Amino acid sequence: MERLQMQGIAKEFGGIAALRGAAFSARSGEVHALMGENGAGKSTLMKILAGAYDHQGGEIRINGAPAEIRSPQDALRRGVSVIYQEFSLARHLSVAENILLERLGRDFWLDRRGMERRAAELLADMGFPEVNPRAFAGDLPVAMQQVVEICKALSRDCSILVLDEPTAVLTAHETEKLFALVRRLRDRGVCVIYISHRLDEIFALCDRVTVLKDGATVGTWETATLDHDSLTRLMIGRELSDFFPARQTNLGPVALEVRGLTTPLVQNVSFSVRRGEVVGIGGLVGAGRTEVLRAIFGADPATGELRLNGQQQVIRSPGDAIRAGIGLVPEDRKQQGVLLDLPILTNAMLTPVNPHLGLFGILRGGRERAAAQGLRERLRLKAASLEAEAGTLSGGNQQKVALMKSLVSRCEILLLDEPTRGVDVGAKVEIYRVINELAATGAAVVMVSSEMLELIGMCDRVLVMRAGHVAGELSGPTLTEEGIIELAMGRDNVH
Amino acid sequence: MSTETTTIGAVQNRNPARRGLLTLLIDWNIYIMLAALIVASAVLSEHFLTLQNIYNLLRQLAPLALVSIGMLLVVLTGGIDLSVGSVAAIGGMVVAMAMPALPIEGGAALILCVLAAMACGTLLGAVNGILVAGFGMASFVATLAMMTMARGIAYMLSNGQPVRFPRELPTAQILTAFGAKGVPGLGTPWPIVAALLIIVLFVVLLRCTSWGRLTVATGSNETAVRLAGLPVWRYKLLAYTICGGLSALAGVMVTARTSVGTPVTGVGLELDAIAACVIGGALLSGGKGTVVQTMVGVLILGLIGNIMNLMSVPAYPQQIIKGVIIILAVLLQGMGASAKRRV
Repeated sequence: MERLQMQGIAKEFGGIAALRGAAFSARSGEVHALMGENGAGKSTLMKILAGAYDHQGGEIRINGAPAEIRSPQDALRRGVSVIYQEFSLARHLSVAENILLERLGRDFWLDRRGMERRAAELLADMGFPEVNPRAFAGDLPVAMQQVVEICKALSRDCSILVLDEPTAVLTAHETEKLFALVRRLRDRGVCVIYISHRLDEIFALCDRVTVLKDGATVGTWETATLDHDSLTRLMIGRELSDFFPARQTNLGPVALEVRGLTTPLVQNVSFSVRRGEVVGIGGLVGAGRTEVLRAIFGADPATGELRLNGQQQVIRSPGDAIRAGIGLVPEDRKQQGVLLDLPILTNAMLTPVNPHLGLFGILRGGRERAAAQGLRERLRLKAASLEAEAGTLSGGNQQKVALMKSLVSRCEILLLDEPTRGVDVGAKVEIYRVINELAATGAAVVMVSSEMLELIGMCDRVLVMRAGHVAGELSGPTLTEEGIIELAMGRDNVH
Repeated sequence: MSTETTTIGAVQNRNPARRGLLTLLIDWNIYIMLAALIVASAVLSEHFLTLQNIYNLLRQLAPLALVSIGMLLVVLTGGIDLSVGSVAAIGGMVVAMAMPALPIEGGAALILCVLAAMACGTLLGAVNGILVAGFGMASFVATLAMMTMARGIAYMLSNGQPVRFPRELPTAQILTAFGAKGVPGLGTPWPIVAALLIIVLFVVLLRCTSWGRLTVATGSNETAVRLAGLPVWRYKLLAYTICGGLSALAGVMVTARTSVGTPVTGVGLELDAIAACVIGGALLSGGKGTVVQTMVGVLILGLIGNIMNLMSVPAYPQQIIKGVIIILAVLLQGMGASAKRRV
């Protein structure tokens, strides 16, 4: 009996289709894995199930009956609970109060003892009697916060439980405990939907697997009929197109050398980039890719050694980095890349190293304008004028504006974090062209991307990160989607 | 090639040995500060520990205590109420104007007048609440507007003049007796008794009712409360409404003490109330703070003023010292939070 059926689910974000008629169904008493690359639509599908997103087409059925889910409350009423990576706990309330939050809305007097007893029962039942129901939720370790979230879902009789990458923050031991908990729930007839990138976990825990790709469902299989390789193939399953403009690699001397870069989220990352080279950083979201770029750029504290053009350099802030010739185009264009309300010219000149300033930092409008105009032509920026607000531009052109800052400061080491995220295909090709051109003129480019095709098409070498360290490096014939996935998901140094 | 590690940015490393005592000191910082201020006051002046002085001090602090409780409720939900001082002025004016206007006299009439004043405050507080909870307006903006509007109303009520009510009116006599006299036998001034009752009421409400916990929950994680299917707007609306009512009652207390209703009552009161909450460890982002600690904040603020008066520090430096104390208290709490995170 299928507990949950989702059919023909469609969802668009600003004209870009995230889901195109995806289908998914799951039974009571099974752990059902939902797999796919970054951006395949897993999270979107589950957010629709949770009522966090509205869907534009398709139907959801629960126990065979059509279920209208348009708000989180609708989902809760129908027994759907989703546990996201960012927990929705009230940090300043006790564990018991968090678990039984709804009950607080029904009673007048706070029955602290009763709630604590009930919460302790639930926790013990789930195999976590050591969690103190009186402790503040915010004081618990992350793994225990997750347990509290699951107990909260169970306290309201959830019959469909979605876990979105629950082990991302857990240690091996905690993961084992979580698995035991999930199996216990399954045996009680809960329908558990499990999203994870870790293939080992899927094979250890899940009964069936559904694979999504590019917003559509590839199919559903019994886990037992699959193995590592076949599942990997199902997730990729497309051809490398000639989407990427040809480039002649002309390698110069080493421009950037990183040794033993370590931050709370990154361990001992070392690599070097030569002038004229494009080096990619691949891996899953959360593997520490962005953190590496931010640490090099001085945006986050880190230890390790940094050499620029052979010279050891200490970089403590983004200002230091820019003065040393390192530019960053951040991942989140609208929040960190450009100031949407300000004109292109102002955005482009938003840098501590502005060679177009006059004496004492007096603005020299004419010189700035000439410089910006030159860059505008070089980058083929499509805009009415340099006075146009950055927010009025398309995503691809906004990205070019974000890049202008670094070029104004004459940065020759460029760190690009997901440079093509959320831009359409035409704009992507434009950005690829710009990157190639920069490399051809002697820039050293480090590019983080979740799109494997992009890494393969654009980069001379790709470092694949997993859980904060470099799992391996791929280039030439080893640089394939299978190679990237294997490294990203858990087989070290396969060449 | 050097084998030495160069730092890119800074990673902090602190000595863990001193954490235990430090954490303890930081956790109890406001009580320690209060005790220190009491000792300092007692040393500085032999008059400080007289019952008379303590009663005087507490009676003056009673209105601030009420307003601070209201402010705490709003702060717990993650908001702020800048209109409390102006609303207090209206409360004080309404009670002063209503007493001679009523056809009846005596205790019942006074209760009616006080209720009328509180009704006005509650109404204005509810308007704040509707703007914030219903229309999603930023609390700072909504209550800033209310702050100036309510002050304007207070001035308009009497054309800017203080309202003096006839002393011989029986209703008025009860009110001024409330402000000036004490409980028969004990001698404890009535405003202190009233404030204590209200403090106890709100300690119980916040600690022992679901409403109290959900008010805290709203400020701690609004999404979690909403996803639990609970009406977030209701807890916010109630917080602002109660805050308005308590502010008006504070205004009544001021009128009782001074025997005159003035439209300039409570100018800057919102700052003292916010300071009391913050010194008491409340987070302006919501979710953290207790009535008892906020009352310690009120006492600390009052004692600072009292000490400086005893030492004859002029008024202007007093303001600077007050500011320094607030900064110190918040710095200590910040250190406490980060010390805990490292443990």
